[in-house]
Amino acid sequence: MTSYIIRRLLLMVVTLVGMSIIIFILLRLVPGNIADILFDSAGFIDPQEKAYLEKELGLDLPLWEQYWVWISGLVQGDLGYSYVSELPTVDELAPRIPITAKLAGLALFFSVLFGLPLGVISAVKQNRWPDYVVRLVSLSGLSLPSFWLGLLILMAFVAWAGYIPIYTNPPETWYEELWLLTIPAAAVGFRASAIIMRLTRSSMLEVMRQDYVRTARSKGASENVINYKHALRNAILPVTTIIGIEAAFLIGGLIVTETVFNIPGVARFLVEAIQWRDYPIVQNLVMLIALVVVVMNLLVDLLYAVLDPRIRYS
Amino acid sequence: MTTPNFTIEELPSAEVRRKGAWYHVRTFCRRYPLGAVGAAITILFVFAAVFAEFVTGMDPYSTNAASSLAAPGAEHLLGADVMGRDMFSRIVYGARISLIVGVGSTFVGCLFGVIIGLASGYLLGWFDLLTQRVIDIMQALPLLVLALVMAAALGPSLENTIIAISIPLIPNVARIIRSNTMSLREMPFVESARASGMSEWRIAIRHVLPNTLAPLIVLSTAQLGAAILTEASLSFLGLGIPEPHASWGRMLSESAAEYVRTAPWLVIFPGLAISLVVFGTNLLGDAVRDMLDPRQRKT
Repeated sequence: MTSYIIRRLLLMVVTLVGMSIIIFILLRLVPGNIADILFDSAGFIDPQEKAYLEKELGLDLPLWEQYWVWISGLVQGDLGYSYVSELPTVDELAPRIPITAKLAGLALFFSVLFGLPLGVISAVKQNRWPDYVVRLVSLSGLSLPSFWLGLLILMAFVAWAGYIPIYTNPPETWYEELWLLTIPAAAVGFRASAIIMRLTRSSMLEVMRQDYVRTARSKGASENVINYKHALRNAILPVTTIIGIEAAFLIGGLIVTETVFNIPGVARFLVEAIQWRDYPIVQNLVMLIALVVVVMNLLVDLLYAVLDPRIRYS
Repeated sequence: MTTPNFTIEELPSAEVRRKGAWYHVRTFCRRYPLGAVGAAITILFVFAAVFAEFVTGMDPYSTNAASSLAAPGAEHLLGADVMGRDMFSRIVYGARISLIVGVGSTFVGCLFGVIIGLASGYLLGWFDLLTQRVIDIMQALPLLVLALVMAAALGPSLENTIIAISIPLIPNVARIIRSNTMSLREMPFVESARASGMSEWRIAIRHVLPNTLAPLIVLSTAQLGAAILTEASLSFLGLGIPEPHASWGRMLSESAAEYVRTAPWLVIFPGLAISLVVFGTNLLGDAVRDMLDPRQRKT
């Protein structure tokens, strides 16, 4: 187990280093840098001033040197300065991360809250009407773009409550914040819950065909005991692995949902930074996202081994 | 012994064996009713995309100040946007963009995924090791994030949007084709092909590749919906299809927050179109999976 963890951690480092190279090159493929954008919007270009700005931002260095400046800083905890606001990247990201983290946590909570029980019901009532309803709901969950779902929710609020629950001012109390985050979290979580529903259903059906379930039934155990005590316990194992995939899935949903609900989190900030060619922000944010996904995947794999004693990593 | 009074061609079995296409369509509908619904929705959108000029008489790009923000009615079936462009024809033409990007990026993603997966699973060794690491790296980013960075790097255009979406699709396909190839290359029929003196390259193309077709079809129908949704999200965020193309995602970004109060039809219909087409391809994808993957059929 220890050697497995060490090997996985080493692979993680390889992945992250590779990611940093790819993202660095990709961003430099973009035609035009921040200097171009700033001078374009100003309407005139003074080559001397532009060269000065590029020098100040380190954009005149050769590519490998720019990469080295970034990576050596990153390792030492220095993430550079935002080109746009000229504030340290850390100061830009730090207040935004908790907002997105809360939103993601709530969304994950919703997705499990709806996904798991509905998936179980769907499997237990296989090919009867509750199953059809759940399958239809989960499939539409996968089909609705989460930004549209968010817009529909906003419209419903306008129609029935007469106001829009979006983040105009920072919330003052925790319950106000919870309320503001609950609605977008439900929009993201609905989509994510569809995946959990489908996986729980197929996992339950798989387990319910096993011999020990038949044994339990033949010895006269009630259907409830069979379904919820024997089957569910084993069916839930593969569902835990989905949390790793959900992490990646949720981030995609958060990007558009934060934009719709005007939430000042990191996901929306990424889009803004990409549009402004704010390299320090984009690079470090993408690395942060990759880190979260990779760590989640590792944790889920380890959790799997803890939950299921049959699994031994070597 | 009497001579039969019919010729061999008239035997009923010859008739039964050659079932028409219509018979297969009917069987599919009976066995997979939800899949049939999905197929119908998908065909409807494909029809709208191909024959957009005939489906709607109106030009989706012509502006008209007089009908700015017109409500749905006789003149504009689904209303008009702020520039007075007819929503119905924009949605019909949007089907074209959406399907071109969806099908195009799924095709490109699958093509490269198959080549990489096949080579990786068949050659193994250092090539496999290298591609597996690259795939690990690509999978560390969510589909939308990678597509966002790609789209920004390539610049906004129809072709670039297709490329930006197809690249994040490659790892999934490559992984599944690789594992499939690895089990196939140990099969007796591959061994016998090798014994008969076939070159490795020919074995990979003629024997292994056709056997990965079923999982590939299942995978590509599932990816199609994801690709369409990603295009919508990219365009919604302003990094996908540029103006003046009628993209459903972009139509939502233009109308989004401002018109939630004043012109809800601008918000409802493009989103409905996205959801319907993705719903259709998802239903179809599920049925195709049930049909081609025998292990899933039991559930």
